[in-house]
Amino acid sequence: MTDLYQSQRAMRHMRRAAMQRGVVAILDVGTSKIACLILRFDGPDAMRESDGVGPMAGQSQFRVIGAATTRSRGVQFGEIAVMNETERAIRTAVQAAQKMANVRVDHVIACFSGAEPRSYGLAGDIELADSVVTEQEIGRVLAACDVPDIGMGREVLHAQPVNFALDHRTGLGDPRGQIGNRLACDMHLLSVEGSVVQNLLYCIKRCDLEVAGVASSAYVSGISGLVEDEQELGAACIDMGGGSTGISIFMKKHMIYSDAVRMGGDHVTSDISKGLQIPVAVAERIKTKHGGVHATSMDDREMIEIGGDSGDWEKDRRQVSRTELIGIMRPRVEEILEEARVRLDAAGFEHLPSQQIVLTGGASQIPGLDGLAARILGQRVRLGRPLRVQGLPQAATGPAFASAVGLCLFAAHPQDEWWDFDVPSERYPARSLKRAFKWFKENW
Amino acid sequence: MQPLNADNRYRVYDRAQARTAEQRPAARAGVRRDPAPSRWAYRMQRLWLTPMFRVAFRVGLPVFLVALVAGLYLRDDTRRAQLTGVFTGMVDKFQARPEFRVSLVSVEGAAPELAEAIRARLKLNLPQSSFDLDLDGARQRIEALDAVATAELRVRSGGVLQVLITERVPALVWREGERIEMLDATGARVAGLSARDDRPDLPLIAGDGADHAAAEALELFTIAQGITPRMRGLVRVGERRWDIVLDRNQKIMLPEQNAPAALERLIALDKAEDLLARDILTVDLRNEKRPVLRLAPSAMNERRNAMGIETSGSEL
Repeated sequence: MTDLYQSQRAMRHMRRAAMQRGVVAILDVGTSKIACLILRFDGPDAMRESDGVGPMAGQSQFRVIGAATTRSRGVQFGEIAVMNETERAIRTAVQAAQKMANVRVDHVIACFSGAEPRSYGLAGDIELADSVVTEQEIGRVLAACDVPDIGMGREVLHAQPVNFALDHRTGLGDPRGQIGNRLACDMHLLSVEGSVVQNLLYCIKRCDLEVAGVASSAYVSGISGLVEDEQELGAACIDMGGGSTGISIFMKKHMIYSDAVRMGGDHVTSDISKGLQIPVAVAERIKTKHGGVHATSMDDREMIEIGGDSGDWEKDRRQVSRTELIGIMRPRVEEILEEARVRLDAAGFEHLPSQQIVLTGGASQIPGLDGLAARILGQRVRLGRPLRVQGLPQAATGPAFASAVGLCLFAAHPQDEWWDFDVPSERYPARSLKRAFKWFKENW
Repeated sequence: MQPLNADNRYRVYDRAQARTAEQRPAARAGVRRDPAPSRWAYRMQRLWLTPMFRVAFRVGLPVFLVALVAGLYLRDDTRRAQLTGVFTGMVDKFQARPEFRVSLVSVEGAAPELAEAIRARLKLNLPQSSFDLDLDGARQRIEALDAVATAELRVRSGGVLQVLITERVPALVWREGERIEMLDATGARVAGLSARDDRPDLPLIAGDGADHAAAEALELFTIAQGITPRMRGLVRVGERRWDIVLDRNQKIMLPEQNAPAALERLIALDKAEDLLARDILTVDLRNEKRPVLRLAPSAMNERRNAMGIETSGSEL
């Protein structure tokens, strides 16, 4: 755990260096596509007055100067399956983005969706040493949270203090400087498979890039997909990607739960491919062009040419009706949403004051999905698009780029994590030195 | 009602289109589906995007190459000599043109014998290019002559070197031991003199360092115009003050400071009392408040005899 603590701290230092250079790359390693955005930071106060937006999500601070996407290869369920293929894909995306930005980037902030994220809520409390909450006291209370057994080979991806309580007052965002006796803290810890993170870091390192941060894709798409009051009042973001569907629940602008369903749009495609016995590429094209989840009588008469190049005339002239296509797609989409529903129920989502659900991600573009989702997830469902970010090309504003845009916002305004505070055990050597001194005094 | 096939999105299967679609995969068979840059292409692109590298490549490399080629070419001594030879040859050729040649010297404002001396002193081997003439050096050589106050050299058109001379005008004769020399008003030597009688029109001064006080001497001579016939000359005493020597061995000792004023007072006294005609040896004006007369040895007795007073004993 201390290894990870140290490496996360190193990433934070790297991020600071990237901020000083002013250029950082955003890398969204997904199952169906890899997106790379290059951000240029203008300094803290540039363009504050003139644009009139104010400090909303800090988006006035940076500008996207390069963007590129490439078809992902070697990634399954949001995890790297074939290392050198993924490395080539990352290289392609980074090179194209660099060419567009005409600048060299050395620092990368990456996100991924797989690796079986698991959420834990931790709590800890301490007696304050001199009744004033200082930075060190916060470090102490964070260290006092009893860490559950997260399992072998798993590592902590996020460990964010969600809530502070001082004596009988709770709901404090920033208790520093306040006076009290007992400081308690709730922390949200997200653990993932360590090997997946290591693979990703290794891939990025092979591309001569320095990692300045790693984030969960469900978390960052929640940052960009949910609007500010939804984040405040409580909402869930369901990021329907290619290989996995991420779920994140926000409350008081903090992520309090995150999970992932290992199913996504690619499974719909493979269902179509298997059901109609066509290549995956054709199935993907038919899905995006004609797909849907609600069949009407009109769709019976709408025939879709499947095509093919087998040379068999009968096989190559096959047609299916749109109803058949919907009949294949709908059960799988329903399954994904049902699975998401199970995860939300397990998290106790129904106890939140507001139960807004936002669907985003590339697979959320299926026509009629909002109606189907409303039946399964509850009435308050909407389709979300990411926030608009300065300089983002039109092609990258769709819901498929929710996590890339969220990662931009995350890069500009990172959440305080456990490793941003000094562990009190670092003061331990001073005490032992004092003990040694005392021993000398007594014996000499 | 319009058939569904009329809608652009749901076109019925087009055979011609299908045929091209069938041919396309065959044509594409050799092409990789997901092109990616190789590791080296990727690294080269990143290197090329590095600002320092770009500057080094676009400015530093050409500069280095030019310097390298020039250095290799000039490393050989004969090549370097050849290059400088070409340049100096061009310069020489230009300077040797007849337009710049000086072949005559004309000396103006000097007496004929001085002009001869100046020509001898110039020592220029004419004809010569005007670029090679050392006019400053020649001027200093000419001005080193005592009889020349200032000299002005200029190259005139037609290849003539014009030397304009201002001669020194002798104002004093200075006798110093055996030598007799003429000085101008500033005290600079003009020429030697074989005998004082060669220039009887000039006043005479003597003594060590008299030439440094020539201006004061001339002033004293103008003040003493009334007694000029009696004056033999001025003697510098101890390089600090003047004595006026008159005939009959009379001497007027002037003070260091304000000598002209003291002399003026004495001239006025002489006019009123006819002082210098009397039998005195010395008028000592060195102390301004107490002028002292020294009588001739027998003068006192003469005076007493004239007054009818019997004297006896020695002269003093």
